Order: sequence, then C-alpha cells, then structure tokens
Amino acid sequence: MAKPSAQTSTDAIIVKDLHKSYKKLEVLNGVTFSVKRGTMLALLGPNGACKTTTVKILSTLLPYDEGTVTIEGLDVHKQADKIRSIIGLTGQSAAVDELLTGRENLIMMGRLYRLSKASSIARADELLQEFDLTEAADRPAKTYSGGMRRRLDLAVSLIATPPIIFLDEPTTGLDPRSRIAMWEIIRRLMTSGTTILLTTQYLEEADQLADQIVVIDGGTVIAQGTAKELKSKVGKDRLELMFKNEKIVADAKIVLGQDVVGSDDKEHSLTVVINDTNKDVKQILEKLSDNGISIESLAVHKPTLDDVFLSLTGKHKQTSKGEDK
Amino acid sequence: MAVELEFDRRPKLVQSVVDSLLMIQRSSRHILRNTDQLLGTFFQPIMFLVLFATVFGGAIEKSLPEGVSYLNFLMAGIIIQTVAFGSTTTAISVANDLQKGIVDRFRSLPMSNLAVLNGHVVSDLFRNSISTIVMLVTGLVMGFRSNASIADWLVIGGIILLFTLAFSWLAAIMGVIAKSVEAVQWLTFVIIFPLTFASSAFVSTETMPSGLKVFAENQPITVIIEAIRALMLNRPVGNYVWLAIIWCIGMLLVAMPVATWLFRRRSVQ
Repeated sequence: MAKPSAQTSTDAIIVKDLHKSYKKLEVLNGVTFSVKRGTMLALLGPNGACKTTTVKILSTLLPYDEGTVTIEGLDVHKQADKIRSIIGLTGQSAAVDELLTGRENLIMMGRLYRLSKASSIARADELLQEFDLTEAADRPAKTYSGGMRRRLDLAVSLIATPPIIFLDEPTTGLDPRSRIAMWEIIRRLMTSGTTILLTTQYLEEADQLADQIVVIDGGTVIAQGTAKELKSKVGKDRLELMFKNEKIVADAKIVLGQDVVGSDDKEHSLTVVINDTNKDVKQILEKLSDNGISIESLAVHKPTLDDVFLSLTGKHKQTSKGEDK
Repeated sequence: MAVELEFDRRPKLVQSVVDSLLMIQRSSRHILRNTDQLLGTFFQPIMFLVLFATVFGGAIEKSLPEGVSYLNFLMAGIIIQTVAFGSTTTAISVANDLQKGIVDRFRSLPMSNLAVLNGHVVSDLFRNSISTIVMLVTGLVMGFRSNASIADWLVIGGIILLFTLAFSWLAAIMGVIAKSVEAVQWLTFVIIFPLTFASSAFVSTETMPSGLKVFAENQPITVIIEAIRALMLNRPVGNYVWLAIIWCIGMLLVAMPVATWLFRRRSVQ
C-alpha cells in the first residue's frame, strides 16, 4: 500500500472516507483506497457489495454524501467535466447502442470524446482490429455474441485512449473462453500504462490481473493488499490426507487430535493445518505410521483467495460460483 | 498505438451543437434499422386513412356542410392524430435509453446531456414528416382535393412541424417518467387516445354531450386541427392559426425544460 506521503504524487485515484446512502439506507460506509498510476486495483466483493455504486461515483455518474474522491488530482464533484475527458467506463454500468454497428458505435463515441472525425475513424479501425471485431464491424451490435459485445464495450471506452479506465465486472456472465480472451485484452491494456480500476466478484480474476486488491463487503473495506499479502494473512498451507475407508479415518482423527481442521466423509479425507511444510508433514506421517495407519494419498494446498474471502466475510462460497449466469 | 489522436478544440457551444447532431444521426439511423418501426411509419398512416374514410365516410358525410367530402374533412384530423401517436416513439426511445444503460455511458463522456433528447425529438420530426407525406399522397390518390394556396400550405407545414416538435417533447417527459417501455406504451395510449378522439379530428363537435363538447372545442388538438382544416379547405380561419401556433409554442416552452430537468434527475438515480 502507498504511504500517505507518496499518495498525491503517484496515485491516480484517491478515495477517502466515502459515504453514500440511498434514502436512509447507507450503502457505502467510509470506503478508503487509492490506485497508483499505471497499476490495476481490483475491487473485490460479493453481489450487493456496492462495487457498481463505487464505480458510478468515481466515474462522475452518481453524487455521494461524504468524503473526497479525486481522479488525477481533479475533484469528482466539482470538476466532473474535466474528469470525463480522461476516463473510460465499461461493463455493466455502461452500454453500446444495439442498433448501430460496431464501427458506428466507435466513431460516435470517439467524436463525443471530442476526437476529430478523422481520428475517430482511424482509431475505430485500429480498435476493431485489435479486438478481433473487423468481420463484425459493419453489423448492428445486437447481432453480436456476449463476448463480442463486451469487447466492443471495452473498445468504445478506449477510443480516446483515456489514461484511466473503469472496468465494471467486465467478465460477469461470459463463458470461460471469452473470459480468458477478455483477460488477455486487459493484460495488454496494463502494459500500455493505463490506470485501471476493476470490479469483480471472481477471486480468480482479481488474483490473475490485479496489482492490488481491495475487498469490500457491506459498504466497507474489509481488507486490502496484494494477492500474496492477503493470502498470507489468512493463509497457512493445509495438508489433505486421504484414507482407504471410514474406520481408518476415525482412527487417524484420534491420533492427530486437534490438528484436524476439516474432514470429508465421502472422500475419506482429513485436512490438517501445517506451519512448516517440510517438518510438519514428516511429523504427521510418522505419527500415523507409528500408530499403524496407512494413507492412500496426500496433497498440500496453498491458500486461495477463496479462503481469504471466506475467512474475511464469513460467508459461504456464493461469491465465487453463485452468480455465474 | 499507431494512430496519432487529434482532438476537437472548438468552443463549448460549437461542441454541444456537434453532440446534438451526432445524436440526431444516431436516432435517425434507428429509424432505418428498426424495420418494424419503419413499416409502421409507412403503413399505419395508409391504413388509418383508408379505414376511417371508408368506414365512417358514408355515415358522417351527411352531417357535413354542403359540398364538403368526408375525406377532405378528415385529412387534417387524421394527420394530427397520426403525428400525435407517432411522437410516442420519442417516449419509447428515451425509456429504452434510460433502461439499457447507454445514458450512463453518455453521461460518462464529456458531452452535452441534452443532446440525447434532442436526437430523439429531431429524428421523430423526420419520421413524422415521412408519415405525413405518405398520408397526403394516399389522400390525393383516394380523391382528397384542396384549394389552398402555396402560402397556406407553408403555414400548414409549419403548424404540423411545430405540433410534432411540441408533442415529441411531451412524449419525452413520458419516456423519462415511465418505469418501463411497456409502461410508456400504456401511458401514451391513455393520454393520446382520448385527446385525439375527444376532438374535431373525425367528427364535428356539434353532436357531443355538452361537457365533452366544451372540452373538445377548446383543447389544443381541436384548435390545431381546425386551423389546418380551414387552411386546407380554404375556409375562414378566424383566430385558429394564431391560437394553434400559440398552443404549440406554449407546449414546447413547458415540455422542453420539464423533460430536460426530469431527464437529468432520473439519470442520476
């Protein structure tokens, strides 16, 4: 995380103590984070964590109640017009015109970004090629597949090459192949030095793409750091031991006692937390063989962001699989 | 990136005019792309005209002044009715934009917010002009004759354009208020249907019950229809032309700022 003294010079986005209520319902309750210029920050949270609300506030679409939000030193509230020329917004809170063709969408948005006509046309060509949409360029967007539409949506927000991009759940609802294609595009975008704020409910996505992760739930930041930092916060390695049958599992449970943190009756397996992989595994195996218990197989698991998320929010797995429509 | 980007640095006012032109281009493309709507633009006026003239013609003609055919009487009314119903397209387009999230995209751009509404209203003007011309041609084929001068026709055209503009802005309000596209259809139907039928569009107001008669004779649709009818049939226009123009401008002056204000408010929610 950025040190407070360095914030103004290297941070492209600074959000401090952001509060927002709808009528009496408080949805953002003091959110604070910052994004360093040229890096990607993932806003990770379950459905209803107000990720889209946050993005809408940051992209000048929604007013907020308290706090400060600055984009490249510009105040979101007072200098909205200037901010609009340097940001691109894509994802579930933005859209393309379905009756216009891909090319028409790009050129129109380019000109609305104040690009000259010639630049808009040239840039549209370039983006259609880059996003693999050349063939579909002159078909109405309503004929596009989900993945193509998302690519067009992202291309539209890049037409004027804004230095800051908001990606609001760019892969929600996409099939795995389109998702990976989208990730590739986003990675390419990162190498060009664009500052990106990504929201996602997929831990894997945050883990794969982002430099920094901010976990929000219930309108507050519940953790932030790099994927590695977050994992190490929760994370100890776990050893999974598989046995032949239930009886042996029961025996092993008695031998290992309180080290056992989980069990799976169907798989006849036990999970044990380990601190030092080499030493602890050896110790556990010796303990078992001393008691005449043999194992079928074993596996060491590194902590995943899923674990982080679960331990932070105390919720079940809905966040990683629940809304995959 | 290969392309060297060149930005438009013209004054803000010029840029907001460009924004509106871009939005007009967008909405006009919608007319051509939306095949169902395009069919409606051509065939609905023909159908209305043929049905009304043939179904009601025989019965109503007897009550008309000597020498006035029902078709000649009907023309002004049916044009205004078609245009009034046609303006609901603005309402539907506005509601659609608000729901599909494209308004959010536009609002995240450094563009003028009003351009979106301008685009729909102006393209509505194009579409309704096509409907009106289709109707006039159909009417001529069916035997509609007018002895109005070219100057009269220019006034007629002006009133129809002004009325379309005013009604499209009113429709824009409905589009912003409605919670869904279905609601728009219902809302516009409930407002426009009685307004056009409780008027002198299809029959003379003479035989209506007294309460309805007072309403029908004084409501703007009747005033506008009477102005156009008098001009078309080369009869004394009285105050109707001025009243029609005043009504249209009045509606426009109220509807434009209200629609704009509601649109701004709604899109921040």
